[in-house]
Amino acid sequence: MTTLELQKMANEVRKGIVTAVHSAKAGHPGGSLSAADVFTYLYFEEMNIDPKDPKNPDRDRFVLSKGHTAPGYYSAMAHRGFFPVEDLTTLRKLGSHLQGHPCMQHIAGIDMSSGSLGQGISAAVGMALAGKMDKKDYRVYTLLGDGEIQEGQVWEASMFAGHRKLDNLVVIVDNNGLQIDGKIDDVCSPYPIDKKFEAFNFHVINVADGNDMDQLRAAFAEARATKGMPSAIIMKTVKGKGVSFMENQASWHGVAPNDEQYAVAMADLEKVGEALCQK
Amino acid sequence: MSEVKKIATRESYGNALAELGKKHENLVVLDADLAGATKTGVFKKAFPERHIDCGIAECNMMGIAAGLSTTGKVPFASTFAMFAAGRAFEQVRNSIGYPHMNVKIGATHAGISVGEDGASHQCNEDIALMRTIPGMVVINPSDDVEARAAVEAAYEYEGPVYLRFGRLAVPVINDNPDYKFEIGKGVVLREGTDVTIIATGLCVSGALEAAEKLAADGVSAKVINIHTIKPLDEELVLEAAKATGKVVTVEEHSVIGGLGSAVCDVLSAKAPTPVLKIGIQDVFGESGAAAALIKKYKLDGDGIYEQVKAWL
Repeated sequence: MTTLELQKMANEVRKGIVTAVHSAKAGHPGGSLSAADVFTYLYFEEMNIDPKDPKNPDRDRFVLSKGHTAPGYYSAMAHRGFFPVEDLTTLRKLGSHLQGHPCMQHIAGIDMSSGSLGQGISAAVGMALAGKMDKKDYRVYTLLGDGEIQEGQVWEASMFAGHRKLDNLVVIVDNNGLQIDGKIDDVCSPYPIDKKFEAFNFHVINVADGNDMDQLRAAFAEARATKGMPSAIIMKTVKGKGVSFMENQASWHGVAPNDEQYAVAMADLEKVGEALCQK
Repeated sequence: MSEVKKIATRESYGNALAELGKKHENLVVLDADLAGATKTGVFKKAFPERHIDCGIAECNMMGIAAGLSTTGKVPFASTFAMFAAGRAFEQVRNSIGYPHMNVKIGATHAGISVGEDGASHQCNEDIALMRTIPGMVVINPSDDVEARAAVEAAYEYEGPVYLRFGRLAVPVINDNPDYKFEIGKGVVLREGTDVTIIATGLCVSGALEAAEKLAADGVSAKVINIHTIKPLDEELVLEAAKATGKVVTVEEHSVIGGLGSAVCDVLSAKAPTPVLKIGIQDVFGESGAAAALIKKYKLDGDGIYEQVKAWL
């Protein structure tokens, strides 16, 4: 896809996020919106996947370690064709296959159930290790929150990945700077994030703007070219990106918009969409 | 009488893995820096490329096992019971149990028979913890024969299994040609009419000794070996309870949440029967020789006999 096409798709993914969370009256819009671009890039450009063959043993894998941003994940998967986009309005509702946090038994195409922070990365490491043991070419991607990396298990998994030189693994950190209780550097600073991953024997790629498709494209190309060690993409993003009143607000971590706010949010995104169409 | 052969079930675990590894390419073994103690070192020697030492990081090990299983491998994640069921409980629950991964957890050094290391390493809570996870099979074999059979059955079974092994060498009691292991099926080791003693793991041999002593006093005790605590052989438990009217449970585990509780869950609902729960009575263990601890906590033949006798 061209950068413009990816940008348009990311905007559609954002509309899906806002619509899903509004419909559910609960969920996590902030971190879903900050990661909407990377979800889109992974599912529409980077990963070797086929919605019609979600269990193909040679497919690339994705683990959403920051499982609470399921709305972003689901929206990207729906737009990619794993299930109907209309299903997004069933998010978190009784009987829906769109559980509050990703569940692999409910949706074909989800490679790992997740939600309890710090655990997804270990499963991704296990998948990458299996790829090496079986001499397969697939790649494994996992997305973590910058608050999530306060979990000790993240570093157990990173130590193992570095030790085993898992160059088929890409750990992405969504560095939107905010967690539930406030700024990550006020709560319990994980900085410097890049130096920590370096110390765990990762090739670190800092992305100045993780909401910029061209920068994401360059970062994933660099990760793909990196041999002999796993890659960590640390991307600066804006929490709530695309919705004016949600941007950079920790309070929008896990709250749904009411009807009025939903209208404003969708209008914001329509405007972005129109601007992209002018390009 | 010749000396009874004794083997620790952790030895059985390592030997069974090495044996199964020959037949099954997709069997992989994980350990957390305890390969010498858990005996997965035996497998490592035979199949070094399929033995993954995760270092001292049990939570990560459970997640790696989950990830490996999604690719068709059958991982046996191995460490002490304290760390497998205790430390990594939530990883086992969320990364293995919830997605119903085909991961086997080989937990060695369970119970007070860990011995000298003391209470910090004596896990008397693992059966209770693992039993609460939906879909988790919980197996506590009583001897070498059963432990090896359990490892093979766990491999063949599709889904998460918790296998509980001990550090202490225990008598081989199932070495007979008719022995057959089936997940969820209890084994009647001795018939009796006055009381049923339901035992698991290391306590099965003690229960048999106790039954022998009770017989000398004119008490006829039926002895059942429950190697699978979940799913429990409800039919066998109910039938025995109805026939004998009294039930004793014996386990090297807390009396809260383990075999005793599982048996009471069934009986209270379907056949209310007086139950004496023999086990660790809601206390932490302590350092000492394993055999001395088993004696002190009244889990040997004499201790079980005395408690049953006093209760009847």
